Amino acid sequence: MVNSIWLMIAQRLGLGLVTLFVISLLIFGAVELLPGDIAQEMLGQSATPETVAAFRRELGLDLPAHERYLNWLGGVVQGDFGNSLANGRPITDLIAGRLGNTLFLALYAAAIAVPLALVLGILAALYRNSWFDRAINVFTLSSISFPEFFVAYILIFYLAQSGLFPSIAKITPDATLGEKLYRTFLPALTLTLVVTAHMMRMTRAAIINLLASPYIEMARLKGMSPGRIIVKHALPNALAPIINVVALNLAYLITGVVVVEVVFVYPGLGQLMVDSVSKRDITVVQAASLIFACAYVLLNLTADVLSTLSNPRLVHKR
Amino acid sequence: MDALIGFLTALLWIAAVIVAAAGVAWVFKTVAIALAPAGVAKVLRTAPLTANFGIIVIIVYVTVAILAPLIAPYGEREVVGGEYLPWSTTHLLGTDNLGRDMLTRLIYGARNTVGIAFVTTGLAFALGSILGLLAATVGGWLDQLLSRIVDILMAIPSLIFALLLLTIVGTSVVNMILVIALIDSTRVYRLARAVAMNIVVMDYVEAARLRGEGLWRLIVREILPNASAPLVAEFGLRFCFVFLMISALSFLGLGIQPPTADWGSMVRDNATLITFGDITPLLPAGAIALLTVGVNFVVDWMLHRASGLKE
Amino acid sequence: MGQTDNPVLLSIRGLRIEGRSDETWSEIVKGVDLTLRRGEVLGLIGESGAGKSTIGLAAMGFARDGCRISGGTIDFDGIDLRTAPMAECRALRGKRIAYVAQSAAASFNPAHRLIDQYSEGPVQHGVMSRDQAEHDAKELYRRMHLPTPDEIGFRYPHQVSGGQLQRAMTAMAMACRPDLIIFDEPTTALDVTTQIEVLASIRDIVDQFGTAAIYITHDLAVVAQMADSIKVLLHGEEVEEADTRTMLSHPQEAYTKSLWAVRSLERPEQPPAGPDEVPVVSVRNVTAAYGAVPVLKDVSFDIHSRRTVAVVGESGSGKSTAARVITGLLPPLSGTVMFEGQELPKDYRNRSKDQLRQAQMIYQMADTALNPKHKIREIIGRSVQFYLGLQGRQLTERVRQLLDLIELEPDQFIDRLPSELSGGQKQRIGIARALAAEPRFIICDEVTSALDQLVAEGILKLLNRLQAEFNLAYMFITHDLATVRAIADEVVVMKEGVVVEQGGKTEMFRPPHDPYTELLLSSVPEMDPDWLDRLLAERAAGGAGAGVKSADN
Repeated sequence: MVNSIWLMIAQRLGLGLVTLFVISLLIFGAVELLPGDIAQEMLGQSATPETVAAFRRELGLDLPAHERYLNWLGGVVQGDFGNSLANGRPITDLIAGRLGNTLFLALYAAAIAVPLALVLGILAALYRNSWFDRAINVFTLSSISFPEFFVAYILIFYLAQSGLFPSIAKITPDATLGEKLYRTFLPALTLTLVVTAHMMRMTRAAIINLLASPYIEMARLKGMSPGRIIVKHALPNALAPIINVVALNLAYLITGVVVVEVVFVYPGLGQLMVDSVSKRDITVVQAASLIFACAYVLLNLTADVLSTLSNPRLVHKR
Repeated sequence: MDALIGFLTALLWIAAVIVAAAGVAWVFKTVAIALAPAGVAKVLRTAPLTANFGIIVIIVYVTVAILAPLIAPYGEREVVGGEYLPWSTTHLLGTDNLGRDMLTRLIYGARNTVGIAFVTTGLAFALGSILGLLAATVGGWLDQLLSRIVDILMAIPSLIFALLLLTIVGTSVVNMILVIALIDSTRVYRLARAVAMNIVVMDYVEAARLRGEGLWRLIVREILPNASAPLVAEFGLRFCFVFLMISALSFLGLGIQPPTADWGSMVRDNATLITFGDITPLLPAGAIALLTVGVNFVVDWMLHRASGLKE
Repeated sequence: MGQTDNPVLLSIRGLRIEGRSDETWSEIVKGVDLTLRRGEVLGLIGESGAGKSTIGLAAMGFARDGCRISGGTIDFDGIDLRTAPMAECRALRGKRIAYVAQSAAASFNPAHRLIDQYSEGPVQHGVMSRDQAEHDAKELYRRMHLPTPDEIGFRYPHQVSGGQLQRAMTAMAMACRPDLIIFDEPTTALDVTTQIEVLASIRDIVDQFGTAAIYITHDLAVVAQMADSIKVLLHGEEVEEADTRTMLSHPQEAYTKSLWAVRSLERPEQPPAGPDEVPVVSVRNVTAAYGAVPVLKDVSFDIHSRRTVAVVGESGSGKSTAARVITGLLPPLSGTVMFEGQELPKDYRNRSKDQLRQAQMIYQMADTALNPKHKIREIIGRSVQFYLGLQGRQLTERVRQLLDLIELEPDQFIDRLPSELSGGQKQRIGIARALAAEPRFIICDEVTSALDQLVAEGILKLLNRLQAEFNLAYMFITHDLATVRAIADEVVVMKEGVVVEQGGKTEMFRPPHDPYTELLLSSVPEMDPDWLDRLLAERAAGGAGAGVKSADN
């Protein structure tokens, strides 16, 4: 019966593709709903009808909506997002380096946050209702309540002012890995602090939920040691919830990245997006939204597939 | 060495703040139990200090927001002196990048930022919970339709989606309220539907259906009273998310627009001071953090109460 | 039963256990003594809240989260479990004292195969090697009469049925050949026909290894088969203890006597309806399905005024589905439901207010049947107001009358919330709500199965009285044949969506039976310590439903 699980996974993947397709439709369609005319709005009220018409042709706005969508989607699939409205440069060029930078920062933060959060979360669950747990609870509740920029500026105030770490995360293409890690330490730490708290609380909740199961009581009544109960009895069943917790928080990282990049003037996708929003550079915002949404959907999809694979009820059918 | 001293002073500060907060919360708890009617006092007695602290914070913020014009020393948009003046007796917290009184702006910020977040949450809540309860009660194609729409909307990270929509409709306070309310209502919908789903399978709902009760009465009399506890807690949590999102947008310059006093944009406008070792710009950020901490503490207590002693 | 000379294995003196609720501790076990000799089986019996499971766990030196052992001594073979270090307690658990839980499905870890969970105890406690344990597991599975004993261990818990899991759990408890096993209601969640096989296997294996056991249950007939002596508990205190035969024939205390008496409630069958009397409800050739899964196949039966039809069957037999079809919650694929000769619309949403009023329902779980946020006044009053249009003082007056009818003092109860009522009181409110509509017909869906026996008896008596008073027709869904004796005039036996047999009660309880009815009837435990032996002997000889397999194997 191994086939049925692959069938299930194929279904999930198919569903993910459909979701991505609908999202692209949504991102493209939302612009269509815009009242008024983009070209007119971009050029301002003083523009002559001829210039507006020329600009419309240049943007391809004279074509019917579905043709433009297909052209756009066709381009996106080949890695061509069209041109920026603000400066006419190809969006792919604008994004290329920045996407890498953003991914680097997100992975950096995740590499610290995930193991830290899981270990602390499991410890808090083990020693629940102890002083350690209560302190952790207050600490994490507080840090999820902090806006990212608050955490960022506090770190700058204490760690950058003295010159220990740079407050502006400048990245040059030729920088070594060590240099990069050093320069992006503060933004990564900010993200870590914010995400760890969330992830830890959820890990703790997932494990505590599990420790109340009758089969854990059974293991205790079989005289198993606390360590063995956690490792052999709780963890295999906690995999699915933990995978979901991790995915959810990595997805949350994506949102956090935007603000943190702005604070630390980090040349990433988030900063580009914020700049483009204030310039109302719609094509760039579309491209960035699509990339962020893809990352988000892929993360959730991966989590879904992994937690399916970790569930014995689904893997070993009746 | 400097860094170490900085770190140690920071630790000292944190310890002092925690002790002070705990002290205030304890005094509040004692006084409140003494003054409150018996029923309320009994509930308060079980509340941890954190929850008491949260209640104080909320009370203080609401009071400041309502009485802002009476408390504030200057006018909200009044330029009262030079730019970036240091703390002094005339300007307790100095002035901002345009020479407006920092304390005044902070006080008005309570009114604007919190008020706008509250309205937004209310809208998101009304929309999300009504649709969620409806979907769970009616079921069938309506539930399928709404749930699939929500699935798609939730497949885009909320801040990114907000940025996209704001680019399209343009940045203004009303647009921002509507956009965030729409995005957050999907999260409320999910929760309201899930909670209601657990209730509609109850026999008392089946009994009411078999009695021949209409949809409206089913929702209002049978389901809503039993869903209220998780929904109220969710309101608190949603408020925190909305509040942080609005602050983030304002901080990015895409939310509440000047010259309205707002905490997020205050941080952005005065951020340069931080690199000179002035903590003034951290105050509005701290004000945001403090309120969310307070609300979260209260919600945490409510959720703990609602779940009974399961842990 | 020659264990009286054996050395004492477990001795509990003055055991006190406290439970926490709302941050305060209250005593749930109030000074209980217990002595168990090697090889002896002690039955602990009592209604819910008697503290029997808590005592069972305390015998392992264990208290659940939210409970604590606050007084007394627990001496297991010379070791004081209250003062012994944690490691020493742990070394005993699973090795010398084992535990069999009520729900095997929830107590097996879903992530591991049965045989891995079996081997864990012996290997970790250093009793045998992994290979030996595996070999041993197969041997014990065979002795527990599990099908394909050599392979079944390599399945995951969700791949094995409930009755088999319960036997696998008993085998697991035996893995280290413990001196003592605690059985905590091991058959309560099972169907009667499955229960027999599990009971027989448990008794066999306990006998073979001479293991001492504490057998916890609320079912007297079950404990009569399993235990050498019985201890009766009430609200955390001992009522009395005696050897099984003495206890069954000569109970001393009033409470024990009342428990014993419940079993004998029996209503004489009402005279059958005349041939031309129109039945109140008539189910004709109904076939129904959940999605693509067929659950009812060509089911027909009639229910007449002043008569009770008991629909009997095990889980999955379709008896509750029949009720859902009658109420219109599940429109049938084919067939009709008639009410006093008139065909009812299939879907309840198309039925008139009066049609809805005439057929009422009482639910199994009174906890979920009453809206926890409504006062009794509204729960009962809403039906009166909705169907009969009464308002204000008239409405209140009617609600008070109804409370009188169900023997609850109106002044005391009218403004209470369901959470302020006991289980039996809640069920009475459910009855009052049904009566409030002034119906002709009431469906009672397992209304007594969640209640303690004494309380259930009160409910059954009340239902009988109300039927005579208001000329009601009852459809009584149950899996319990003792309840059928107490209330039914006619019996409909269902299995896998088909009516196997139907007829008058007296006739149904007299042979010859349909083979499945025979299996069902013979599987109901009786208050006779020799019943199980006799039944097994009969079945071995080819009688008592021997030809029919229970749903479980």
